[in-house]
Amino acid sequence: MTSIILLSVFGILNLFLGFLRSNKVLLPGAMLLLLAVFGANFADWNVAHAPYFNHMLVVDNYTVAFTGIVLLTTILLLPFSRSYVTSGEPNLAEYYALLLFSLVGAIMMIGYDHLLMLFVGIEILSISMYVLAGSSKRDSRSNEAALKYFLMGAFATGILLFGIALLYGATGTFALSQLGAAVASPANASLQPMLYIGILMMIIGIGFKVSAAPFHFWTPDVYEGTPTFFTAFMSTVVKTAGFAAFLKLLAVALPAAQGFWMPTIQAMCALTLLLGNVGAAAQTNTKRMLAYSSVSHAGYLLIGLVASKGILTGDAASGIFFYSLAYSIATVAAFGVLKLVAEHRQEDRYSGLNGLGKTNPLLAFSMTVAMLSLAGIPLTGGFFGKFFLLAAAVGQGYIGLVVFAVIMSMVGLYYYLRPIIAMYMQPAPEGATPVPVDGIQTVTLVVLALLSIALGVVPGFMSGIL
Amino acid sequence: MLTAVLLFLPLAAALLLLVVKGAAARALAFGASLLEFAIAAYAAFDFTRHGSASFNLNYNWIPSAGINFHIGLDGLSLLMVLLTTFLVPLILLSAFKRDYDNPSTFYALVLFMQTGLLGVFVSLDAFLFYFFWEVALIPIYLLAGAWGGERRIAVTLKFFLYTVVGSLLMLAGFVYLYLQTGPAAGSLAQHSSELTAFYNLKLSASEQSWLFWLIFAAFAVKMPIFPFHTWQPDTYTEAPAPATMLLSGIMLKMGIYGTMRWLLPVVPLGVSQWQKPVIILSVIGIIYGAIIAIRQRDVKRLIAYSSLSHVGLMAAGVFSLTQIGLQGAVVQMLAHGVNVVGMFFIADAIERRTGTRFIPDLGGLTRRTPVLSVCFLIMLLSTVALPLTGGFVGEFLLLAGVYQYNAWVGAVAGLTIIFSAVYLLRMFQRVMLGPDSSFSETITDLTGGELLVLVPLIALVFWIGLFPNTFLHISEPAVTNLLTLVGR
Repeated sequence: MTSIILLSVFGILNLFLGFLRSNKVLLPGAMLLLLAVFGANFADWNVAHAPYFNHMLVVDNYTVAFTGIVLLTTILLLPFSRSYVTSGEPNLAEYYALLLFSLVGAIMMIGYDHLLMLFVGIEILSISMYVLAGSSKRDSRSNEAALKYFLMGAFATGILLFGIALLYGATGTFALSQLGAAVASPANASLQPMLYIGILMMIIGIGFKVSAAPFHFWTPDVYEGTPTFFTAFMSTVVKTAGFAAFLKLLAVALPAAQGFWMPTIQAMCALTLLLGNVGAAAQTNTKRMLAYSSVSHAGYLLIGLVASKGILTGDAASGIFFYSLAYSIATVAAFGVLKLVAEHRQEDRYSGLNGLGKTNPLLAFSMTVAMLSLAGIPLTGGFFGKFFLLAAAVGQGYIGLVVFAVIMSMVGLYYYLRPIIAMYMQPAPEGATPVPVDGIQTVTLVVLALLSIALGVVPGFMSGIL
Repeated sequence: MLTAVLLFLPLAAALLLLVVKGAAARALAFGASLLEFAIAAYAAFDFTRHGSASFNLNYNWIPSAGINFHIGLDGLSLLMVLLTTFLVPLILLSAFKRDYDNPSTFYALVLFMQTGLLGVFVSLDAFLFYFFWEVALIPIYLLAGAWGGERRIAVTLKFFLYTVVGSLLMLAGFVYLYLQTGPAAGSLAQHSSELTAFYNLKLSASEQSWLFWLIFAAFAVKMPIFPFHTWQPDTYTEAPAPATMLLSGIMLKMGIYGTMRWLLPVVPLGVSQWQKPVIILSVIGIIYGAIIAIRQRDVKRLIAYSSLSHVGLMAAGVFSLTQIGLQGAVVQMLAHGVNVVGMFFIADAIERRTGTRFIPDLGGLTRRTPVLSVCFLIMLLSTVALPLTGGFVGEFLLLAGVYQYNAWVGAVAGLTIIFSAVYLLRMFQRVMLGPDSSFSETITDLTGGELLVLVPLIALVFWIGLFPNTFLHISEPAVTNLLTLVGR
């Protein structure tokens, strides 16, 4: 709860700071604020709070853990907005304020105890993102991305709202804690068609937000057009919050309707893995590859939902947490390096990374660790993320799905190696100069690589905590 | 504790090498690898004195999943550790001979690789084993891909994908086994991935039958066994010489070692079911590799196919499931490691001098290079398995083992010696003897620095050939133990 209050207050403060026109203060300021919120967030760890505002929000370990991920991701992402500071971007204060507000939305999505809060949280998060997707005003691709994202997003939220309404119609309540019992109650059996249509619509709405197939078509175009800094935010924070909300919905409100949603989620999962990985393998542009890869990671996380079998704690939930953490860290590093390199070399295809191992060993190393983590190679957090999720699924007997996921992760290897090949095995372009990286970005890249490796070497400190 | 030092010393040196550059980098890399060998030698000395396994370290790595950081040395591991620590300093010395771009990164990757390899040989927990198994792949991929020849990118990509697919299948097998185990004593987790927990499983024959192929996939690709070998000749040829030495000298042994420790005793019923097909594949590999080697015109490629042929015999020996065959495989792993590193080193020495590995372009080199010729001949004869050399002891024991399994198979496998004499002596004759080439007058003999690499290798060739008991003695209890587990 403290984090929501602090972030809202800081967001508003940030808007006023814009009047000072002092971009130099904004970046360190925002980082310090977020660090403070990050610290304050953990004050609630293992503390039993009563739900807030008549069961609107609940702060438990689940909320604290996922909030920790989205805050950490944002903190580690902020240094890569440095070029906005140096280029004298006039709207920087607004960007930061929108980021802080969207974090509030994300935390509400994680901590909701009432479907209304879920909806409000998604809206707060999404509207900020629509604006930020179009923040590069003079770039037609950014405008296209914002419009596409907005139109598709608006539809998806509309469908989500329909779903919530139908669910309410079938059960007579919005509160998550009462929904569980109401869905299970035989008294509502005659309303089952309405209930099922409602659940399906909610799955579609959230599936769109986390870019799960077949609702992922917006992802590559929007990711490509959006300024890279905000793409990174989209593919990490939005996805983490989306999956936290998804798991909570299925596990707290709908465990009794498992017979209906389980096959749906399984089908989505297989389709997402297939389209994400095959799509990524076909790309020549690093940013589009990362967009499809984010679709494929939604697929692995969906395995976690299947394996959770409607339980909010235990192996599958811990696995989703670990996976989101490892994925977010690796993705921030990948987009961070890509942003720095693409700005300097004006090229975001694979060939833009050529010879980076020579000109910028640190950037290349950071990118390599990120790619290996996303591919799930040992020594990186991504391996244990996959391992925990797949082991949980095998433990529940979903062998077929796991075999399919393993085959798809072999496809993943192919495209995650391509940036590594470009960086170390291709010569740098004629007259290539080192990409300028400032002190704080260097530190952040080292921290990101170390975190990925720490999760891969001593995963014990983050595994099994839910 | 000693094992942990052994494991992490190269890693620490590799990390230091990221900041140390220039001549200091060479000194650091070589010094660390020598120290590493000294530690391994001490461990071997201690082992022979007490005659038992020691140096265990068991740390609760991922408590919630029952996965332990459990490492230790028994006779088998110890010999592999000795081989690795003996070869790495020599491989580094050979790397000093060439001007690679970014040399300190190159050395760092070699040392990083050493940690991965040693980790594979000392792990006593399935996931730790898998962890190191994959860790060893990353540096070798970068070494071969970044410093290799012209076709390196496609070739190393194939190598990487091939081996990772194999390893993932092994991981799938391990996960299945892991989920069958009960909790270890005093552990909170429901399952355990300890090696001993795997040994204690009671699995049905039909389960073991498919588990065998899941686990064996990784080892078969790594060795490689026919028909999983297609990555091997290309990768050996395209990789820079030190990487080829790592691949053929040590990494190949990961497959044999893995089979002995993680396959035979874990799924013994599966092994007895598939023993015959695997031995037949191995023998096909022996003949196939040898016949193709005869046709090669590139020295490195010829040695690569020769290695393929020899590893087939090692696999056949292991799968004969006889004491003598397994002991032979152990000795031959050492001998083959030494031989193949020596051969690739000499091939590289010739290439450095003449700029070519193409056999028809070479000839009549021996007149100006008596020392090089003698060293080449010794390494070559050991590979052909001439008595007095290490290769003879290894291959003799292996063939005896295969013969015990089936006399006909043994007879066919024995062709390996005749074949390798044909292609290796033919190569020697065309490269070193034969009509003069444009290099005959200008080529220079081995330098003192190069002898520094070859003399220890040659010494070991004769040591294994004359006193094989030094090594057989160390591995015997481990091999006996292994066979008891297989026979249960």
